[in-house]
Amino acid sequence: MKRAGFSTKWMPILLLMPQLVIIAIFFYWPAWHAIQSSFYLQDPFGFGSTFVGLDNYTDLLGNSEYRRVAIFTLVFTVLVTFFSLAIALLLAVKADNVLRGARTYRTLLMWVYAVAPPVAGFIGLIMFDQSWGPLTRLAGFFGWDFVLGVNFNDTAAAMVLVSVWKQIPVNFIFFLSGLQSIPRSVREAALIDNRSATGRFWDVTFPLLAPTGFFLLIINITYALFDTFGIVDTLVKGEPGNNPMTLVYKVYVDGFRGNDLGGSSAQSVILMVLVLALTIFQFRLIDRRIHYT
Amino acid sequence: MADQTPVQTPRRSINWGAVGDHTVLILGSLFMLVPLIMVVMTTTVPDVDIIKYGPQLKIGDQFDENFEKAMFEASGFSGANTGTRMLFNSFVLGIGFALGKIVIAMMAAYAIVYFRLRFASLAFWVIFTTLLLPLEVRILPSYEVVQQLGMLNTYQGLIIPLIASATATFFFRQYFRSIPEELVEAARIDGAGPVKFFIDILVPLSKTMIAAMFIIMFVFGWNQYLWPTMITTEEDMYTLVRGIKQITQTLEGTNVPEFGRANLLAVIAILPPVAVVIFFQSWFVKGLTESDK
Repeated sequence: MKRAGFSTKWMPILLLMPQLVIIAIFFYWPAWHAIQSSFYLQDPFGFGSTFVGLDNYTDLLGNSEYRRVAIFTLVFTVLVTFFSLAIALLLAVKADNVLRGARTYRTLLMWVYAVAPPVAGFIGLIMFDQSWGPLTRLAGFFGWDFVLGVNFNDTAAAMVLVSVWKQIPVNFIFFLSGLQSIPRSVREAALIDNRSATGRFWDVTFPLLAPTGFFLLIINITYALFDTFGIVDTLVKGEPGNNPMTLVYKVYVDGFRGNDLGGSSAQSVILMVLVLALTIFQFRLIDRRIHYT
Repeated sequence: MADQTPVQTPRRSINWGAVGDHTVLILGSLFMLVPLIMVVMTTTVPDVDIIKYGPQLKIGDQFDENFEKAMFEASGFSGANTGTRMLFNSFVLGIGFALGKIVIAMMAAYAIVYFRLRFASLAFWVIFTTLLLPLEVRILPSYEVVQQLGMLNTYQGLIIPLIASATATFFFRQYFRSIPEELVEAARIDGAGPVKFFIDILVPLSKTMIAAMFIIMFVFGWNQYLWPTMITTEEDMYTLVRGIKQITQTLEGTNVPEFGRANLLAVIAILPPVAVVIFFQSWFVKGLTESDK
């Protein structure tokens, strides 16, 4: 809020109106509705609903399948976040090293950012096709009988691989511009103090990159939780069955397919709380981040 | 660091560090690009060949035929979801979403930054809480709201609920705040009103920011999957990314699955966002990395 602003009364209200109206109708109303219906048991055929208090929540927490999905989501998120950050960091450090061609590599590595998650999943389906998929053959070469969509672990591995592949470009771009914004003088000083490249990386570059890393950590967790929906849905071909799925996918499956509106809403609310906690965490980190720069 | 080698060396020895860097980068680029290249190649190969040998790194002669089938022949029941129709819908969603979001966000950010508003901080919080919750967690109630408003299978229903989050508003607010305050003062002394200041000074100043936002938002809108899947049930409203589900389902059951056509549709779904990102990469990187501050 600037000092020298305008003081017209109706103007700002007029300017804010479109945003506020859209948010009220398509954000607050549904969010409120989700919280509300998580306390009700709804008849799947639309004949009224009964207030059941926290039953939907206790049902979920006592449900072994929900726990299984939650544990899978946790493992999946950890793997996707770790590998996409690690590979992107490695590539960014290398691209920053080479004097010529950093831009070329950036262009080559950026493409996949623009690929939609379900299309990435579709490419995964092609790569892991049962009879002729190149990656299935590669796995077969090492004696791994890869069965996408049937074997739980194999499907999970494909999900992680495709999700990591899809997320590397974003992390790469952030890491590379983080690296390139480290002042030359700092690098030269480090070069004098420490001859080994590995030592320089861990003592100087890595701490300077940590703020970017924290920020990306949150971005990646949110990505693994929510944006992988299209990948998961395509890889299991819309038939969850015994296949692995993430919490968001379960909200969709239970609510939209299974018509368990109360249970699905309760799951939504649990996810909301999770995201809320993540965001508060993120804001604190961004606060800290400002001190770095 | 090539110039740091002593001048006396008669012949430049091979810099093994640089070779290592390039090796890692080339491997990384291959990992990112080969799946895409394979899918592109597959669009030119006869379907029978794929079933026999799998995707190969070779170019066949079936492109024209597959293109014809993909763009003009429908795969669904109603015969309305041809590739051309889906492509059109994808553009409506991508461009409509990006434009709508930018216009609404700029107006709101302008009101928040440049006006003295009594309930400014309230408006700020009402708007920015929406950053916390992605559409995925309130997907069912959002669907119900859109249904009650009679907006299923309409472009408005497809686009407007996606706009109900404040990402762009947040970016524009940050950007406006970084513009020197003297500009407003000078404009006011010159007798410019709020509308004139906005159109003649602020919008031209924000050109690169607007471009960066447009690219990011276009890709985001184009790549939407879950929301279009729920909101469009009529086949002439399908977008390419939403149609992927249909496409993968056509691969099952038939005698010779139409891989060429399916792959071609996937490639068409990838092409526009990838082109936008590659052509405008400096703006895109700028928007992505600078706007988070």
